[in-house]
Amino acid sequence: MAWSAMKRRIALVPGAVPAALTGACAGIQSPLAPASDQAFALHDLLILMTAVCGLIYLLVIAGLVWSVLRARQHAKRAAAAPVDDSALDRSLIASAVIIVTGLTVLIFGSFLADRALLAARAEKAMMVRVTGHQWWWRIEYRNPATGRWVETANELHLPLGRTTRVELASNDVIHSFWVPNVSGKIDMIPGRRNMLDLTPRRSGWFRGACAEFCGAQHAHMALDVRVDDPVAFDAWLAGQAEAARKAQGPGEALFGLHCGSCHAVRGTPANGRAGPDLTHFAARRSIAAGTLPMTRGALQGWIAQPQALKPGTAMPAVPLRPAEADAVASYLAALR
Amino acid sequence: MTAMREFELVGDLSRLPDSETGARHLVWWGNVGFMVIEGTAFALAAMAYLYIMTQAPAWPPKGDAMPGLLWSSIFTGGLLLSALPNLWVLHCAKTKNLAGVRWGALAMTVIALLLFVPRAFEFVHLGVPWHRDSYGSLIWMLLILHTTHVVTDWFDTAVLGVWLFTHEVGDDQFADVEDNANYWSFVILCWIPIYVLIYWLPRAA
Amino acid sequence: MIPDRAHLDRLDRSWRDPPGFWGFLTTVDHKRIAARYIVTALFLMFLAGMLALDMRWQLSVPENTRMGPQLYNESFSLHGSTMLFLVSVPLMEAMAFWLVPLMLGARNMAFPRLGAFSFWLYFGGVLCLWIAHAADITPDLGWFEYPPLSGPAYSPGHRADIWAQMITFTEVAALAASVNVAATILKMRPPGMTLARMPVFLWAMLIASIMTILSMPAVMLVTSMLIADRLVSTHFFSPAGGGDALLFQHLFWFFGHPEVYIIFVPATGFVSSIVETFSRRKLFGHSAIVLSMMSIGALAFGLWVHHMFAVGLPRLGNDFYTAASMAIALPAGLQIFCWIATVWSGRLRLATPMLWVLGFVATFVIGGLSGVMTASAALDLQLTDTYFVVAHLHYVLIGGAMFPLFGAFAYWYPKATGRLMSERWGSIAFIGIVGGFNLGFMPMHFLGLMGMPRRVYTYPPGMGWETLNQIATLGSAVAILGGLVFVANALWSYRHGQPAGSDPWGGSTLEWASPSPPPAFNIAYTPVVRSLTPMWDEGPGLPAMDGLGLDRREVLITSVTAAVPLYRQKSAGPSIWPLASSLAVSAMFIGSIFTPWAIAIGAAPIAATLTGWFWPDRPRAGSDAPSAGA
Repeated sequence: MAWSAMKRRIALVPGAVPAALTGACAGIQSPLAPASDQAFALHDLLILMTAVCGLIYLLVIAGLVWSVLRARQHAKRAAAAPVDDSALDRSLIASAVIIVTGLTVLIFGSFLADRALLAARAEKAMMVRVTGHQWWWRIEYRNPATGRWVETANELHLPLGRTTRVELASNDVIHSFWVPNVSGKIDMIPGRRNMLDLTPRRSGWFRGACAEFCGAQHAHMALDVRVDDPVAFDAWLAGQAEAARKAQGPGEALFGLHCGSCHAVRGTPANGRAGPDLTHFAARRSIAAGTLPMTRGALQGWIAQPQALKPGTAMPAVPLRPAEADAVASYLAALR
Repeated sequence: MTAMREFELVGDLSRLPDSETGARHLVWWGNVGFMVIEGTAFALAAMAYLYIMTQAPAWPPKGDAMPGLLWSSIFTGGLLLSALPNLWVLHCAKTKNLAGVRWGALAMTVIALLLFVPRAFEFVHLGVPWHRDSYGSLIWMLLILHTTHVVTDWFDTAVLGVWLFTHEVGDDQFADVEDNANYWSFVILCWIPIYVLIYWLPRAA
Repeated sequence: MIPDRAHLDRLDRSWRDPPGFWGFLTTVDHKRIAARYIVTALFLMFLAGMLALDMRWQLSVPENTRMGPQLYNESFSLHGSTMLFLVSVPLMEAMAFWLVPLMLGARNMAFPRLGAFSFWLYFGGVLCLWIAHAADITPDLGWFEYPPLSGPAYSPGHRADIWAQMITFTEVAALAASVNVAATILKMRPPGMTLARMPVFLWAMLIASIMTILSMPAVMLVTSMLIADRLVSTHFFSPAGGGDALLFQHLFWFFGHPEVYIIFVPATGFVSSIVETFSRRKLFGHSAIVLSMMSIGALAFGLWVHHMFAVGLPRLGNDFYTAASMAIALPAGLQIFCWIATVWSGRLRLATPMLWVLGFVATFVIGGLSGVMTASAALDLQLTDTYFVVAHLHYVLIGGAMFPLFGAFAYWYPKATGRLMSERWGSIAFIGIVGGFNLGFMPMHFLGLMGMPRRVYTYPPGMGWETLNQIATLGSAVAILGGLVFVANALWSYRHGQPAGSDPWGGSTLEWASPSPPPAFNIAYTPVVRSLTPMWDEGPGLPAMDGLGLDRREVLITSVTAAVPLYRQKSAGPSIWPLASSLAVSAMFIGSIFTPWAIAIGAAPIAATLTGWFWPDRPRAGSDAPSAGA
């Protein structure tokens, strides 16, 4: 804990320049724009390693260029001069020393970063269970206030400045949870539970992606991540815990009939678990795990032709008459 | 662009013998190479077994029967005893005893064939089918791997036995008999750890 | 003295192949077998390159519709599987097959028919994968198909089985080839070539062969276990049955990590040979280079967990594998120092082979250093499974293996064909390939650091990845053009290149003592070696011994450490049995994709053909005929 606080202060000095440079190419899904203790530790390690490795490379190239120029000069001599390798023997030993020194620095740096990632966190870490499916994320919060589980999907909210302990699992094949601005990746392996601690230091929207090839739509398994100050986060979680607002119109019944066997909307009879929970669907930023933006047009398109937009997805094209599809879309768009 | 260098003859190889024995012979090394390959495969299969075993809450898993000891003991005893005639055949090959290698190879063929019987019963009495759980899959895999070696070495020995009788036997052929006997020793040695893994670890765990 | 015509004619009659198609099918000449491997692998490299170009085109713009997910996933799986299993390792084996007997002054490999068998079985693997592609059952889960995705529940059909069985083909072929190469190097060295006087190239091939023998059983085992899970419902990898998906990863990477060093170590052999000849001085640091190679060979077996840093294994283990994975940079770095030092203290002749060595150093070191970065278990959590790793692996495989291979090709081409390749077009190809490769793959480091994961058939707009992807596409296209120039040069020079003579470069090792191209029997006498650089030794001629049979195929067997002549070994001549056996084995392998009974049924033809193979060529017992070869 103290290490990372200290690091942030030190980063203001030399680290600031490379961080500013790297930050320039970075975006919302990048290790180069760290936004958490964990990502900062890894970013610093990256800078260290790039510097040391860059230096070694320059030495090698300099040696190579010098040798080529010198040897071409000597090639103009007709015969070989007698070979005395004692100077080269000494240089060989010197190069071994340089390599070992460089590697020791890097091993040590890596070790320190690893310890920073493992550093003891505040006891009251909030628990979230994220389960990978082909090709979406089931997210279950353990509500610290009530001790009950709150389920959502495809969008992860995190409280700023607090540690969230993410428990990673998989329902089917191996996936990998990766939100680069916030943490390195950890695989989600069926039959195992992996843990990941996240301590965000910057609020805003970030994007994660599945980082282990998991089949046809691995490319479309993204995760929207929102870091909020604790008050806003608590309000969001409380909202998520509530059942769905009562709806007007035929949409709810149609939804229950055609979609409820796979999707759940708490507070209605729809309670399927094969697909993502949709209780507060419309409050999310995107549809189908980052595949489409949360707009009315995209929603209607998704309901009508999921296979055209995300070929191979488990969601079938449900035959609905245009009026019915419209009603379902309206219903879903109201599920905030 | 140089013309081909001339040679300067400094010796004559024609008086060298046309065969050798043991590790001096080329084919011995090929034989050992294949033993290393198969031995590595066995070692890795054993590692896979131990890996799953150390993670399992119970071994064998709850509800699985223990593998039977009777037929495996008969097989193991028979296999270990077969080392005696095998070593004798090896000795005959090294001492170029023609009658010895002929009848020895025949004897080893019969012995290996007889060992198929307890081995077949071992499969029947393993207690768990390969498709029930990973424990079943692993013990079947280990037993099948070893059985493949017994069968292929039996076949090698049989073919060897035939042509030892039908053909003139020279030094290279004695070397072949040596290699074949060494391979049978390898089959025996590999069985010992596999036997412990399949039949005794579940009883000890 | 120069060997007389009668001597050469008798040797030729004993060693040449039967004419025509039958000769093609039955040859056991290591040079012809190597040539087949090389031609096949180069063609496959071209196909893999076309797949790569296709993928690069698809990734040039976000949400591109040129390739859907199925086609893209097939493409990267086919590209990776082809390059790693059907091109890289076979090319290294082929170079060993071609060069090892020549560099030993020997007439053939230790087990000539086994060499032919290796090729036919490798070719079976090629057909297994590519005919499957033509039949639209292409494997589509990457070059290391992890379960449960590759298990029966999530990949029905036979695509994954095709992949697994293709590996079985190529691994059996590689294992047989490795035993062959190792036995040849250990037991067939010329008199006087003690282990201390053995050139670095032969050490490289010996170490790579031993590594193959110890690592490939792992991949054979694990792919067989996968087929079993899919075909007969075993539970090695399914958690529901008590299996573990990670068991697959451990077994696979126990093979997979040494595999990349099996590809790299022979390349260090090529570089050592080229650097020595073109610096015109004995290689500096021979002992250091050999010891480094041995260390790399040994260490390579202790690193595999670095492919699994994101899997959630205990952290203490991760620290160990970080240190070990970084440590292997030490022997690799020392080798690079020794090569540069040889150049520094030599009289450099900058011909095409040496250009490739320079390209190798400049490129491979980048790959090695990005490897040091991914070796950190902590940092790897950001880098693994992103385009950073795609960049790293291509830098080490292309920079570290392909560039030395192109240099080796240019270096030994005159020995194989009797003609030199064009220097001018060689330089143009070099610039195109090296320049294009770096332009293509350097951006991928940044793409990974900007968050682009690997194995994605498309990516969303607005991530800032477009420009770098387009540069990567451009660079790859330039590199492929350079490759085409390289091949065109090779083809054109075959007929029109400047005649080379037996030793155009002034090489130091024994292959330069044979005529170019070498006759079927390679060399007229058995050389005697007194130093590491026999061709540079002073004296009226190359010291040699006569006495190996002229009218029958005979090779010299020597002792393992001191290379003392022991006996004359009969060497197998042309035979149909390697082809027949490999057809029988192929039938069993293909059949077992569909039913386990294929193993039992397939055993019979295999037994028959192997019996034919090993049936002795001796007179019947009790006959009066003199024994052949006595």
